[in-house]
Amino acid sequence: MAKVTVDGIEVEVPNGATVLQACEAAAKEIPRFCYHERLSVAGNCRMCLVEVEKAPKPVASCAYPVADGMKVFTDSTMVRNARRNVMEFLLINHPLDCPICDQGGECDLQDQATAYGGQGGRYVEEKRAVKDKYMGPLVKTIMTRCIQCTRCIRFATEVAGVPELGATGRGENMQIGTYVEKALTTELSGNLIDICPVGALTSRPYAYVSRPWELRKTDSVDVLDAVGAAIRIDTRGPEVLRILPRVNEDVNEEWMADRGRFSFDGLKRKRLDRPWVRKDGKLRQASWEEALAVVTDRLKAIPGGRIGAVAGDLVDAESAFALRELMIGLGSANLDCRQDGARLDLSRRDYYLFNSGIAGIDEADALLIIGSDPRREAPVLNARIRKRWSSGALKVATIGPAGLDLTYNAEHLGEGASLIADLAAGRGDFAEVLKTAKKPMILLGRAATARADGAAVLAAAWDLARSVGALTPEWHGFNLLHLYGGQVGALDAGFFPGPGGLDLAAMLGGGVDALWLLGADGFEPGLIPAGTFVIYQGHHGDRAASRADVILPGAAYPEKDGTYVNTEGRVQRGYKAIFPPGEAKEDWRIIRAAGAALEVPMAFDTLEALRARMVEANPVFGLVEGRVEGGCGDTAGPAAGEVALAGEGFTLPITNYWQADTISRASDTMAECARIYLGDTTPKLAAE
Amino acid sequence: MSAHHHEEPSSFAFDAESEAQIAKILARYPEGKQASGVIPLLYVVQKQMGRQTGSAWVPRVAMDQVALRLSMAPIRVYEVATFYFMFNTKPIGRFHLQVCGTTPCWLRGSDEVLRACKDAGHLAGYGDTSEDGLFTLSEVECLGGCVNAPILQVDDDYYEDLDYDSTVRLIEALKRGERPRPGSAKGRLCSAPEGGPETLLDIPLVEEK
Repeated sequence: MAKVTVDGIEVEVPNGATVLQACEAAAKEIPRFCYHERLSVAGNCRMCLVEVEKAPKPVASCAYPVADGMKVFTDSTMVRNARRNVMEFLLINHPLDCPICDQGGECDLQDQATAYGGQGGRYVEEKRAVKDKYMGPLVKTIMTRCIQCTRCIRFATEVAGVPELGATGRGENMQIGTYVEKALTTELSGNLIDICPVGALTSRPYAYVSRPWELRKTDSVDVLDAVGAAIRIDTRGPEVLRILPRVNEDVNEEWMADRGRFSFDGLKRKRLDRPWVRKDGKLRQASWEEALAVVTDRLKAIPGGRIGAVAGDLVDAESAFALRELMIGLGSANLDCRQDGARLDLSRRDYYLFNSGIAGIDEADALLIIGSDPRREAPVLNARIRKRWSSGALKVATIGPAGLDLTYNAEHLGEGASLIADLAAGRGDFAEVLKTAKKPMILLGRAATARADGAAVLAAAWDLARSVGALTPEWHGFNLLHLYGGQVGALDAGFFPGPGGLDLAAMLGGGVDALWLLGADGFEPGLIPAGTFVIYQGHHGDRAASRADVILPGAAYPEKDGTYVNTEGRVQRGYKAIFPPGEAKEDWRIIRAAGAALEVPMAFDTLEALRARMVEANPVFGLVEGRVEGGCGDTAGPAAGEVALAGEGFTLPITNYWQADTISRASDTMAECARIYLGDTTPKLAAE
Repeated sequence: MSAHHHEEPSSFAFDAESEAQIAKILARYPEGKQASGVIPLLYVVQKQMGRQTGSAWVPRVAMDQVALRLSMAPIRVYEVATFYFMFNTKPIGRFHLQVCGTTPCWLRGSDEVLRACKDAGHLAGYGDTSEDGLFTLSEVECLGGCVNAPILQVDDDYYEDLDYDSTVRLIEALKRGERPRPGSAKGRLCSAPEGGPETLLDIPLVEEK
């Protein structure tokens, strides 16, 4: 530790810390542009200059290591002059277009020019202008505003793992860009907008839409993948205008995936905004009373055991739990939330969770990825793996399709599931790597269990984890990576077949006469036998709604208070940012109303009562913003099922990252991304 | 062949001569540090383009080849190639006339050298390439040959002690396909005094002993 005095305040910081960190420890604000605590230090903006005793010149605090006994001054005349002059230089080529700049009002340059800048510029010569660059359909560039802090270059190279951005040219002619015209091939490109301290990189869909002070900000959780990134939903009136990540060190640090960030325009399209009832083979608009009357009439005529319910991938735990209560009240145990047919063992929670935790990746030293492409299934989690890998402490191998670009080097061991058993038996070099590792991780993609021998794959992966010492009382190295934000919550809510209940396949095989689909668009609706009475409750007219006999319009995740459980079992709350459109209602209320109409006693009338019931049923739901941590006490594995492990290769669940869920399939922005990244690769907007 | 006819080629492959040079260059660096060879390799590319097309420049496809060879991200090569003005990222003429305009050359008449280049080479000014594709004119900073100022660098060769007429003669010779001997136009050896030694005459030269 080094003792440093900052403006007379003595602080102790670790050796090797920078002066800037020491200043922060002393609660002194240091202006900065290029410095970002999650990126490497560049030291090129010079805004963080401070005075250090006995140093002849001001020093760039972000790149200057502390020394014991150092005396730092952050508010001396020298420092104030230095900042004022640096700011004057930075502003030489920066346009005065703040009134039309989307960054206006939340711009580091604007704020710091006000706080630390001088009275005006003395520069009267011509300013430089830079051609705008094409960086894909999500990031808009106005490169004249760029102050060349190189944060975007470092983010793309270090965090996103796509070294495609660079600074070309030199001096006055230096430009940030890709040199060749192309969209950045990353699922994290939206973060470039957040880290850009000026208005050079802004959001293309948000261009000229709003000012930050007009927005109402609501905390929520990204449910479009299973990471459960902390987000802030910015709304104005009835519209979601943008979604930004919040800091949550345990989950997403401060990053966010593009699908969660940009697909919100799908909330306005293809919405189910009023009830519909099928009459004479055609869906017709109806009132809530009519719709519920039809539901009541039909369900009352069907014995409870012939009614089934399926929950979708984006449902909040409350609706899943409420629907389960309703089904139990109707005498049905036919519940399933595994639309993909994942053969999970639900007898223990750690059989279906990412038990090491997302933050646990930072400690892992060996990782085997089985049947998963984390880059597309959970981009933020993948960035975390990459972070650990780039520190040099993590060795990665994959079993699954060859040729995956995970943004880090991963040894491809093979395609088939039988390799898992081989590794468990100690065959192969990577078995040795896993065995010698202190904290090995086995990452099993959820889709790897969604096949005939899925239960055997799950059991084999668990056995492998046990055999390499990944399951200890201190460390739980077995990890299942789910795909969507509602999946774990529905499992925790008990939305799976009860005693004697049917699973989805059995329900589709003619086991039921009535099917309640709660946002269930994840399976082919054509598989539902003709004659089955289908109730579709959800927010988008996506796949299943057209097959429905009654449509009950529900709310999407920004339109309701909801509890979501991420892949590591963290219980998180999202809050209502806007109202559901038209006559759509929050899902648990719809189910409660249906329960009343069906005369099923339900023990809750308010969300609070419902949540209390959930905690009673599964105490996990009481652990809001937390998760059950710790190692593996009991290493007994999940049931292996009847089908033996087949050698067959794994297939990946997400082929089209951009349109993988109900909301993003309705989004124009995501359709554009899919067109650019998957189809026609020529950019629509050239740089010139 | 006019420089205007040089376009971005669709592919680039190192020829045998370049391969030999690359092998020698990469052997200088320890295993895993081959990316250090990016500048010499770009130079190899530029030379090869000069040999093959008569225009010594570095096309983008060649930068990609360099990146591939050195296991670098292509953008890292683009950054280096665009940073150094010695790499021509656009096609140039057969001869690259580089006029030093820094103070010593300027005081000794680099403006005249520039005028001669424009007149004899039919060039409009700095950055221009002549219609016949023979010459590209560039202004460069100090070439480090101030004692023999003014200097015109043609590709890799220094022509020194120039004035208007000697520059015109040089350019006419280049047009004829000749390559005059580099060095002083006034015939002095390196930077020895013109017309023989003038100082230290009382010290007997070694060979006279």
